[in-house]
Amino acid sequence: MAKIRVETTINGEETEFLCSGQESLLEVLRDGLGMTGTKEGCTTGDCGACSVVVDGRLVPACLVLAAEADGRTVETIEGVADGHRLTPVQQQFLEHGALQCGICTPGFIVAAEKLLEKNPDPTEDEARYFLAGNLCRCTGYDKIIKAVLDAAAVMREERA
Amino acid sequence: MSAPVSRFEAPTEVDAAVALLAGEEGARVLSGGTDLLVQMRLGAGAPPVFVDVKRIPRLTAVQLDANGLRIGAAVPAAEIYENESIRSLWPGLAEATDLIGSTQIQGRATWSGNLCNASPAADSVPALIACGATAVIAGPAGERRVAVEDFTTGPGRTVLERGELVVEFEVPAPAAHASDAYLRLIPRTEMDIAVVGAGVALTLDDGGTVTEARVALGAVAPTAIRVPDAEAALVGSRADDAALAAAAAAATAAASPIDDKRGTVAYRKKIAGVLTTRAAKIAYERASAR
Repeated sequence: MAKIRVETTINGEETEFLCSGQESLLEVLRDGLGMTGTKEGCTTGDCGACSVVVDGRLVPACLVLAAEADGRTVETIEGVADGHRLTPVQQQFLEHGALQCGICTPGFIVAAEKLLEKNPDPTEDEARYFLAGNLCRCTGYDKIIKAVLDAAAVMREERA
Repeated sequence: MSAPVSRFEAPTEVDAAVALLAGEEGARVLSGGTDLLVQMRLGAGAPPVFVDVKRIPRLTAVQLDANGLRIGAAVPAAEIYENESIRSLWPGLAEATDLIGSTQIQGRATWSGNLCNASPAADSVPALIACGATAVIAGPAGERRVAVEDFTTGPGRTVLERGELVVEFEVPAPAAHASDAYLRLIPRTEMDIAVVGAGVALTLDDGGTVTEARVALGAVAPTAIRVPDAEAALVGSRADDAALAAAAAAATAAASPIDDKRGTVAYRKKIAGVLTTRAAKIAYERASAR
């Protein structure tokens, strides 16, 4: 069976790849395109480690078929920072030490960026519910939530 | 990269999707993929062909007018509950939709997937039944309309024949003093499967008396069920304590759940009554305020 040719835009760059019909976007990002920032956790949509944004929607890359990406835009953790300049979310994760093994971190950051785009001033409850699909098995959630809320404050200040 | 197993088709017209689904045994509709791809990973195997229906304009359209809502079967949960008109006209339906999985899952998951997966615990299904929603089905013999309450025939089984797919849902506009509510119980605060779900929609007259009631329960029978005795208990009342108690007793009596790690039969039956009461109260307050 022939491979499928897909033309898509990843982090603003036009990208082409070949994939099999049953292959996930996660598999192609990591194994085909070498973009290993997006992590593989459960592969069943439960852990959030592979969070990416497709056409503006936060989705688990393990539950998107790679072929679906044709003509769509994909944003991954690799596109979050502006070169070496970290976003407030990334900076606050560093300052709070909001990670330990780091496997959940890219997914948390991609999801947190989307949260703060939709809701620049979330309550702690709102942040926890929005991020309930991102699981961390090391540090727990306290530092992560503090980092997200502090990043929100920094971003509001920057805009003021 | 893995060897090709499945074909991938993304038709732009309903007829083309029907032809693909009818043409090959085991062909599967891909809308959100949050059940289909999970089942594939858990050992069900990849289908010979995925039919991605999200390029069909009718399946991603949202139309709202005086008759109500006509919404494409591939519209994701997040788009549904972010729609302020939908939230204000059918708040319970929006709440049920917002309870499906995580934010990420809601970016993909659809009502049609929730319905066609045919889990007894699907959150959107009792809410759709309470709102009187209809599924529009396209297939080789043309189109037909099936009420959501008649769609599921057992766990994992539906009325869909080979070659058929759900193309859209119709939700009738609520009357002047009408509203709905959906509540579910889970052992955690988020990200779990319903122990019981209860959807209630009420229509009131100008004096606040219930003229029409629809009560639906999830996770307490092989399919989501309507509870006519609970509806009868509410009609003619002002959702007072006696009517609510009678509705709760009817819900408890109608529930025929299984014992599993999420709850025993006795617990589920009791909770079916409790959630029916609470959802009816909320629906009544909302209907009064409209």
